[in-house]
Amino acid sequence: MEFLATGFFEEYIVPKFNYWIYVILMMIGLFAMITKNNLIKKLIGMAIFQTAIILFYVSIGVKAESGIPILGHEQHHAIVEEGQPSSEVIKKDKFANPLPHVLMLTAIVVGVSTLGLALAISQRIYRSFDTLEEDEILDQLRPGGHD
Amino acid sequence: MTEHYTVLILLMPLFGALVTTLLGRERQNACWLTALICMATSSLFAIGNIGRILASGSGELRYRMGGWQESRGYEVGIELRVDMLAALVVAMVVLVGFVNMIFSKTRVAGEMKDKVSFFYTLKQLLIVGLCGIVMTNDAFNLYVLIEITSLTSYALIAMGNRRAALSSFNYVIMGTIGASFYLLGVGYLYIKTGTLNIDDISLRMQHQYGEPSLMIAFALIMLGIWIKMAFFPLHGWLPNAYSYAPSMVGSFMAPLMTKVMVYVMLRVMLWLFEGEYVYSGRLVWGELIVWMAIIAIVAGSFLALACTDIKKMLTYLIVAEVGYMVGGAWLADGAGITGSMYHILSDAAMTFCLFLAASIVILRTGDHRLTAFTGLFRRMPLTMTGFTIGALSMVGLPPTCGFFSKWYLISGGIDVGHWSYVAALLFSSLVNAVIFFRIIERAYLGKLEEVGNESLPLDADGGPPMTLDRVPYSMLLSLLIASGSVLLVGIYNETLVGWLKAAIPSL
Repeated sequence: MEFLATGFFEEYIVPKFNYWIYVILMMIGLFAMITKNNLIKKLIGMAIFQTAIILFYVSIGVKAESGIPILGHEQHHAIVEEGQPSSEVIKKDKFANPLPHVLMLTAIVVGVSTLGLALAISQRIYRSFDTLEEDEILDQLRPGGHD
Repeated sequence: MTEHYTVLILLMPLFGALVTTLLGRERQNACWLTALICMATSSLFAIGNIGRILASGSGELRYRMGGWQESRGYEVGIELRVDMLAALVVAMVVLVGFVNMIFSKTRVAGEMKDKVSFFYTLKQLLIVGLCGIVMTNDAFNLYVLIEITSLTSYALIAMGNRRAALSSFNYVIMGTIGASFYLLGVGYLYIKTGTLNIDDISLRMQHQYGEPSLMIAFALIMLGIWIKMAFFPLHGWLPNAYSYAPSMVGSFMAPLMTKVMVYVMLRVMLWLFEGEYVYSGRLVWGELIVWMAIIAIVAGSFLALACTDIKKMLTYLIVAEVGYMVGGAWLADGAGITGSMYHILSDAAMTFCLFLAASIVILRTGDHRLTAFTGLFRRMPLTMTGFTIGALSMVGLPPTCGFFSKWYLISGGIDVGHWSYVAALLFSSLVNAVIFFRIIERAYLGKLEEVGNESLPLDADGGPPMTLDRVPYSMLLSLLIASGSVLLVGIYNETLVGWLKAAIPSL
């Protein structure tokens, strides 16, 4: 535990907190996808995996002491009057970066459709194999070559 | 009008996809006709696009979606960028889609039952995705388009039998891991540069090339793309997915998906990052990757040799071919990169040809195994001619395109003195020769004893018009177009390579 005393924690864990969280979540998801035998558990792992990346993106748009990226009443008026927004009226440090969040809206849609499709496929698998356990499915497939 | 050609290539199949959904399951012929017309117009636009690039001095076309102009040095909108390489790959995608649409006509009702309109919708969406991947100039859009392509292909593969559903599930898992790694890499690039436009990223990265975070981004993006293109140790999903998929789907996806992902890899290596960064000493793994490619070539060839199922064998050959292209791209040599680009086109042509021929043979004989080819030259002369042209191209005999692409790749290997890569290519040619001459010999000299497998699944449907080979005209026509393209791409290799060379940014 000596490395903790030398500022390891302050240097590597605290400032990069969001990265640690996403890496850990991603590894949990990857672990589930690779090792789980049940197809639905694999899909849960996949959802965790994708969510980890969404969290990563959301966290990089955050700035300290910033608000939502919507113009206030007086700022809007200033723009209408001046025509061109000046950097005094609109301080960009006061707004969180909206772009990563918008990107993640798309990524969430992609993630949901992937999950939906994968669930539909696993339903098909269940109908034809009567099980969702991977080893049992492979057992059923083993004796015959083609079907 | 002509400046909109670029986006119209994308919009035609998208429009067609909407129409085929609305037409519904009852009007199968109308669905087919809509899809065919959309693919045909899209092909015309793609060819027009090549002409426009040749006419333009800069050698590239840019199209701002919705007319968003750049502001303060940043691209704010979504941009399409087409250079000669992109234009050729797009033309390849839509032409393969068009010919495959002709091929599907008579089979689709039999294999898809009541899902005919969905099949056409998904297939056109897949083409939209592939064209988008090739043309977009936005790193995040590339992710979305990769996922559109993957989602439609998962669904199309799962339309097959129960084995197809299982392999599609595995593909979902692997494909999602791949796409997520790519997305993560793009996230790092966004942190470092604050933009998503590929040219802007490239420009803003130049002064930070030494930083480890960019190396991580590059590694993550590469890993994601390799999973998607089935580079050897990551190829697990491909053979089952493509061989159990319905024949119209497999014959269409096998030539396109992996090749388009190879294109993305080249795009990332040479345009997003620069050749100087990728090949310089900062990334010491260049040599390692060429070795991985060698392993991929050798392993793919061996696995193909061991197969007794024709489609499985072809899919393992794709794994080997991906090795060719990755190796050529990482040789850090002009000839190698050109060879890799040219091989995208030629491999698509020959894989398409072989898959169509194999689908026709399986359909006609009802047999997946290589023994199905016994004595086929007499019964199906035209199909076997098409198959032989594809096979000769795989082996690498002139004047087929396989010979010329291998020639460029080998000369790249000789230029940098990477003899083991050259040896791997020659080895793979020999294995292909063994594989295909075994089949051709059986087909040419083999005696057909039992007339028992004359059972024709096609006749059961009331019988579409039959040709000499007793397969529908539409299938035979598409096979002959495909085998013709194998020869054409080979004969005009100098023109194509000249165009491609002009597209490569200087190393």
